[in-house]
Amino acid sequence: MSINRRQFLKRAGAVTALGLGGSFATIGIGDRLASAASEYEEAPNADKIKHWAMVVDMSKFKTEEDINRVIQSCDKIHNIPQMDNSKDEIKWIWYDDYEHTFADSENEYLDETMKKMPFIVMCNHCENPACVRACPTGATFKREDGIVTMDFHRCIGCRFCMGACPFGARSFNFRDPRPFIKDFNPNFPTRTQGVVEKCLGCYERLENGEQPACAEASNGGLIFGDLSDQNSEVYKIVSTKFTIRRKTQFGTQPNVYYLVGGGDRA
Amino acid sequence: MLEKALSGSKKYWAWIIFLLAVIAVGFFSYMRQFNYGLGLTGMSRDVSWGLYIAQFTFLVGVAAAAVMLVTPYYLHDFKRFGKMVILAEFLAIGAVIMCILFIFVDVGQPMRILNVLLYPQLHSVMFYDMCVLCGYLAINLIVGWTTLGAERKGVHYPNWVKPIIYLSIPWAFSIHTVTAFLYAGLPGRSFWMSAIMAARFLASAFAAGPSLLIILALIVRKVSKFDPDPDRNAIPSLVKIIRYAMIANVFFYLCEVFTAFYSNVPEEMASFKYIFVGIDGHATLVPWMWTAAFLAFLGIALLVFPTRKNPVLLPIALLSIYFANWIDKGVVLILAGFVPNSFDRVVDYIPTANEISIVLAVYAVGALIVTVLYKVAISVREQQQA
Ligand code: SF4
Ligand code: SF4
Repeated sequence: MSINRRQFLKRAGAVTALGLGGSFATIGIGDRLASAASEYEEAPNADKIKHWAMVVDMSKFKTEEDINRVIQSCDKIHNIPQMDNSKDEIKWIWYDDYEHTFADSENEYLDETMKKMPFIVMCNHCENPACVRACPTGATFKREDGIVTMDFHRCIGCRFCMGACPFGARSFNFRDPRPFIKDFNPNFPTRTQGVVEKCLGCYERLENGEQPACAEASNGGLIFGDLSDQNSEVYKIVSTKFTIRRKTQFGTQPNVYYLVGGGDRA
Repeated sequence: MLEKALSGSKKYWAWIIFLLAVIAVGFFSYMRQFNYGLGLTGMSRDVSWGLYIAQFTFLVGVAAAAVMLVTPYYLHDFKRFGKMVILAEFLAIGAVIMCILFIFVDVGQPMRILNVLLYPQLHSVMFYDMCVLCGYLAINLIVGWTTLGAERKGVHYPNWVKPIIYLSIPWAFSIHTVTAFLYAGLPGRSFWMSAIMAARFLASAFAAGPSLLIILALIVRKVSKFDPDPDRNAIPSLVKIIRYAMIANVFFYLCEVFTAFYSNVPEEMASFKYIFVGIDGHATLVPWMWTAAFLAFLGIALLVFPTRKNPVLLPIALLSIYFANWIDKGVVLILAGFVPNSFDRVVDYIPTANEISIVLAVYAVGALIVTVLYKVAISVREQQQA
């Protein structure tokens, strides 16, 4: 909503600047618009974030419990169906081992601890998202805050975005997901048969000034922040520590960074 | 002219009723899929496109192949193709309609399909594909119908058609190039992301499409009094085109194999390994791929040697080439592009019976359209001859 309001003001500004205000005094109409708009409360954080980013601190994920708590926190509030077969599976956030998460940087001498380490994976809210480029309807698009989001009512279910995403971040509703939702959250939309879905960056929580659900449940294992803000924790980590990202060779500029070993730059 | 399709022999009607029956079964299957969702197919989160999109890809090629007759006939005044060119244009119409139907049955929300035109995204290849396909359909309908109509009246086709005929030539190339770009432009699918993909698509199309066309022409010659190649020189010319197109196609394919294996890049090799030897016991496509390889070489051999003049061996050669291309593009290419998946895992895809019956029904719709259009063309020609 804040984006619409901003666009509205921008356009109104352009109109006045062009002198199309007619008999209205330029200043007058500007004031009136400003006061009308202020009736709506601006969400505290909605305007501030410019570059959604997440750091996964691998040192904080020791037990299965650490991982499951994070995954369930998302599944619960986003009405993620628990399908009974892997074919129809819907996944927003899940985990895999090193070899498969970083399929292109295998290392046969890796020790067992590292090999078995569970890596949290989700949509990377890429800077140059291949999914957005491919989508023929604009149902998948990038917001000003960096979140790559979806309009479930516009999606035609062509699955071109699934072919385009190099990270396997997208799921398709091969059947009606509603009967498979365990804990129904009436405050978040459910999806229908025949549309694609994925992690939406917890836009609904950011609007209320909250952290993404996974970050909140992670006890510091997932650090969320704004990479365009040099004082943010994510910026400090990404700029001074050694982090890795999945499949950077495709130029999509993924925004999920993995802090492996938790140490300083080698 | 369409009324000519309403009178025919018993065999003609039996064929029509057979096609309608296949369509009816497929329609019922589609209603099931419509209600339940695409979960009724073999597709999955990992192999998210299956037989539908593969048939679409293959048939765009069949449609584009009409240009192999249109160009010599209209541009170079190559008279031999005079009688066959209409068959090529009508085949293209049937093929494009099948393409559109295959997209339609593949999308999860078919009622929203017009969103592609309501919210055009100029960065999406799919938008362009939709535009060029619809344009190609219109072009062939206009050209085919007016030229045949003029012929019936015994006059030359009107001059305004000429520019549209010329337009159809680059347009035919564009439909298959854009279709190749759907795949070749995707990062992370190394089996598809290859600069030679569009060239491969065109080469295989110009081999498979004319092969089908000759077979149809031979059938027309059998079942009617109209001979599409009365001087026996159009088919041999077309055979030459098929032969070189298929050799180019195989050559392009070997270029891909060389690049993948000599460079020794794991991602580049993975899909080829999957289709020729299998990965970790997953080998569903292996028998298909070897069959295609065998048929490709058999077809080329039969067309290179004088066996191509043998009335029995020629159809065998053409069918070999047609099915080699169908397996390569209509089965393997799309499926293997998803293997291994983004997490380097192998997930197999096996189509379901419901899915296959929908595929057959779409083919039956295409066959019905081509049958009806050919019936009209044949009747007009038979009148001329009489
Ligand atoms: S990870 Fe995939 S789905 Fe998410 S923004 Fe990047 S390309 Fe799109
Ligand atoms: S499936 Fe939906 S979101 Fe994905 S490309 Fe098609 S229309 Fe866009």
